[in-house]
Formats: sequence, C-alpha cells, structure tokens
Amino acid sequence: MSATWQHRLAERGVDRRLWLLLPATIFVLLLFVYPFLYGLTLSFQPMDGGGLLANYDKFFSDAYQRDTIATTLKIALPAALLNVLAAVPIAFRLRGRFRGKRLLTTILVVPITLGTVLTAQGLLNYLGPTGWFNRLLLNLQIVDNPIRLTNNYWGVFFSLVITGFPFAFLLVLSYLSGIDPTLERAAATLGASRAQRFRRITLPLLAPGLATTFLLTFVLAFSVFPSAVLVGNPAGSTRVISLAAYQAAYEQYDYAYASAIAMVMGAVELVVVAVVLLWRSRLYTGSTGGKG
Amino acid sequence: MSSKVRSVRATPLGWVIWAVVVFFFVNLAGVVFSVLVSSFGTKWFDTWLPSGFTTQWYGDAWREFTLFHVVVVTLLVSALVVVLSVLIGAPAAYVLARKNFPGKRLVYMTFLLPILMPPITYGIPLATVLYKFGFAGHLSGVVLANLVPSVPFVILTMTPFIEQVDPRIEDAARMLGAGTRSVFLKILAPLLVPGLLASGILVLVRTVGMFELTFLTAGPDSQTLVVALYYSMSAAGIRAQQSVDAMAVIYTAMMLVLLVVALRFVNPTQLVARVKEEPSE
Repeated sequence: MSATWQHRLAERGVDRRLWLLLPATIFVLLLFVYPFLYGLTLSFQPMDGGGLLANYDKFFSDAYQRDTIATTLKIALPAALLNVLAAVPIAFRLRGRFRGKRLLTTILVVPITLGTVLTAQGLLNYLGPTGWFNRLLLNLQIVDNPIRLTNNYWGVFFSLVITGFPFAFLLVLSYLSGIDPTLERAAATLGASRAQRFRRITLPLLAPGLATTFLLTFVLAFSVFPSAVLVGNPAGSTRVISLAAYQAAYEQYDYAYASAIAMVMGAVELVVVAVVLLWRSRLYTGSTGGKG
Repeated sequence: MSSKVRSVRATPLGWVIWAVVVFFFVNLAGVVFSVLVSSFGTKWFDTWLPSGFTTQWYGDAWREFTLFHVVVVTLLVSALVVVLSVLIGAPAAYVLARKNFPGKRLVYMTFLLPILMPPITYGIPLATVLYKFGFAGHLSGVVLANLVPSVPFVILTMTPFIEQVDPRIEDAARMLGAGTRSVFLKILAPLLVPGLLASGILVLVRTVGMFELTFLTAGPDSQTLVVALYYSMSAAGIRAQQSVDAMAVIYTAMMLVLLVVALRFVNPTQLVARVKEEPSE
C-alpha cells in the first residue's frame, strides 16, 4: 500500500531528490521571509504608541517623507529607461562576430568595476565647477559661468547611468544573442528590409528580455542610496526613500518606523514590477531559438 | 549574412550611435582620470592639472584607513559568501532545472524575490533581526546578509547550465549502479564546473561591490572596502580628498582584476540565454 502511495507521489515529481531543495528553502525562510514578516509586524507596532497604522500615517501625512517616493521614481524610472533604450542599438551593433568584439564588449563592461565612490569622486572632480568639463566649456566660450552638474539631480542621474548602463548592456546583448539569426535571414530572403526585420522579428522576440532588463536596472536605480548622498543633494532634490528609511533606523533608532518605510518602498517597487510583468505577459513569450 | 568575421558596419544611424557612445566614453574617461590624477596630485585648485605629483596619498590611505585589515575582511567575506551560496544554491538549482513538482512556481518565486527587491527593503528588517540574535556587527552578520541575494543569484545562473547536461548521462550512470552521491560527485560536478565557476565568480564580484547590506550589518571591525570607502568620503573634511581618491583607485584596481578573471571564465553574452553562435570560419 505504502509503495503505491510513494509511487504515485513520484509520478507527480515528489521523490527523494526533492531533499536537495531543503537547504535553500530553510535559508530563504530564515533569512528572507522571516525577517520580512518580522519587519512587517514591527511596522504595525509604533514606537510612540498609537494605532496599528500610526507609522504609515506618520509617513504619508509628512510631505517631507511622502515626497521621497516621487523623488525616487523621478530619478530611477528615467535612468533605468535610458539605460535599457541606449543598450539596444549598441548591443544590436555588437552582436554576431567581428574583429575587436571582445575588446569592445570589455570596454563597455569595465564601468561595473568603478564602484559608487570612485564614480562619485570622479563626477565631483570632473563635472564640478572647476572640473575639466566646465573648464573646457568656459575656454571654448560655450558658457559664461560653470554649469552645475553635481550635488543635484544630475549628479545622481549620471552616476546611475554610469553604473547601470554596463549592466543593462550585458543583459540586452545576451538576450539579443539568444535570438536565432536564421529567423532574420529567412525574413531577408522573403524581401523584408532592415527596418522591417528589426520591427517585426527582432523587437518582438527581444521585448520580454527588455522588460526583464528594465526591471533589474530599475531595482538597482530604485535603491540608490550612496550616490544620492555623495553626488546629490541629500537634504533636498535627491532625498530618496532609502535615505528616509536609513535615517529612521540609524539616526532616530526607530526600527518600527524604518520598517514601515521599507515596506512602503517595497510596495512601490512591486507595483512597478507588477505593471512591467503584466505588460510583458501580453508579449510573445515563446522560444527565441535559444532558451527564452 | 555570411559566416565570415565581418567588420563593424556603418550606416548613417550607426555613425550617430557610435558618436554617442564615444561621447559617453570620453566623458567617462574624464571622470575616471580626474580621480586617478587627483590621487597622484599634490595641490590641485583652479588649474588643468595639479601643481605636482606624489605617491604619498597611497601610503596615507593604506595607514589611515587600515586598508590591510579592510582588504582581508573584504576577501574573507566574499570567499565565505561564494562557498556558502554555491553549496546552498547549486543543489536547489539542480532540482528546479530537472523536476516538476507541486508548488514549484511558488518556490521559484520565493527564490526570485530577493533579487527583485531593493536591498534596503529587506536589509533593514534583516539587520534588525540579525542584531536581535547578536550576528550583526560581526563578520557572521555581514556574511549572512550578503547570502540573501547571492543564493538566488547562484540558483538563477546555475539553472541553464544544468539544463544543458543531458539527463540520460545521469540515467546511464544510475543503471550502472552509481548512487546519488557518486552521480553528483563523479558525473555532475565535473560537467558543471563552468557553471559553478561562472556563478561563483559573479557572486564574488557582486559581493565585493555590495554596499547596502554590508553597510546595514557591519560593525567597525567587519567593514568591507566599499563601506569603508563610503564612510571615508561622507566624513568629508576630516580626510584629505586625495587619499579618498587613492583608496577608490585601489578598490577599482581590485574589482578590475576580479572582472578580468571573470571574463576569462564566463562569456558575458551567455548569462541568460544559450547562444547560438554563428559557425566560426
């Protein structure tokens, strides 16, 4: 009897090999799910008393805090979008085999190694009022006064482009290389022009990959924190939501409030993820010739 | 398209794209070189170049920031995270690549979530929990926190590699009497070396660069290089700017070595999809 029972389970895929999943499951429950639920319950236990939702109320009724959501989105969405859109034509030129491909790819990927601090120091040095960029503009008499590109929105934006672009490029390039080139060749023999091939064949196949790339780049940009402090204006135009959460936790030691802000942050982020995934699910999701 | 190695083709749109790329990289070079020049410069105020050059800032940075200790911590944390995340993640990736079972989608989503969430969102509750149990502030807390995105990352990168191994090889070994243990050690492990290397190296690069989680859980003795750098830069005015520059150069040099090693083992274009390369000539 028990043998048949085991047999039936095995038919549905439940057998002893599933034990291999155990370490990872325990790990994700202990270090991700539990802390997350802990933070969620903590956020409903305000330090200064008040109702269940006091922390959330405090956050949303304070314009200085509430506006961090808009500030973060205003930085993260354009930066992620630009990174993905810029990566497409460049990756498109770099697919296939040609001389110097390895070198070019390496050059495009190298900015990953720069790190936030070198990028921040470099932006301050280079784009600052006495930096090379402004010096050049002044000498060429393009501008009369140095333009301000650091310690404001643009500083953070540039730093997100520098750190995010290589990452977006790598992902787009690898999705693009996964598309079977014979499809385009077939379209070409049927008389499709270059633009038609891109619009009708490559783009639809690439779109799901672009959505994933956008999401991952957006996650990176959304959690921007060090560069918002170092090259931005952390008290004003670049006061992002992660900064608000950090200040609540480590400057006011109000972990309940900090958890509430973290939950708001997670919720906003998941809304964007859900919208993109929903849009993606309406796209073509079949095989792209490689593993789609 | 012929299968010959072709050179970069240039259409009008192509020229515009390359012009934009070149503009971007000229400015990027400016960003990087300004730090490099500054880290070797003496006084640098309102001129094109510093008034003189010196290497003293590197010595200063090395001593002032106790960089030796910081580098040792960084390497130790990264090595532990790599080993642990591969040990935990690879078996799970195997099950997810090979089997269908009830609840698979739920399990998969749970593993994916830590990658889709910004580190600060789960980092703050995680740090609170780690402090509660006395892990945070020490090396162990930093390692545990960094495992959270690393294990899912190993699962994600390993799965396509495992899918490429023909299951019939395993079946054949089983038929010849190999147990699960020896199938794993003698058949799968050697075949999966490229995948293991790829995910291990990528986790290494990610961990060395991971700021948020380390920042939230590290104590004074368990800071990694990124976090020490952040502190030295945000506490501006106390340190000479050039020695922060020198330290940033050291960090980038270290990351560059890791990346070059990584690119030797991992073809970056094969991360998410198996590439059908055009036949070589």
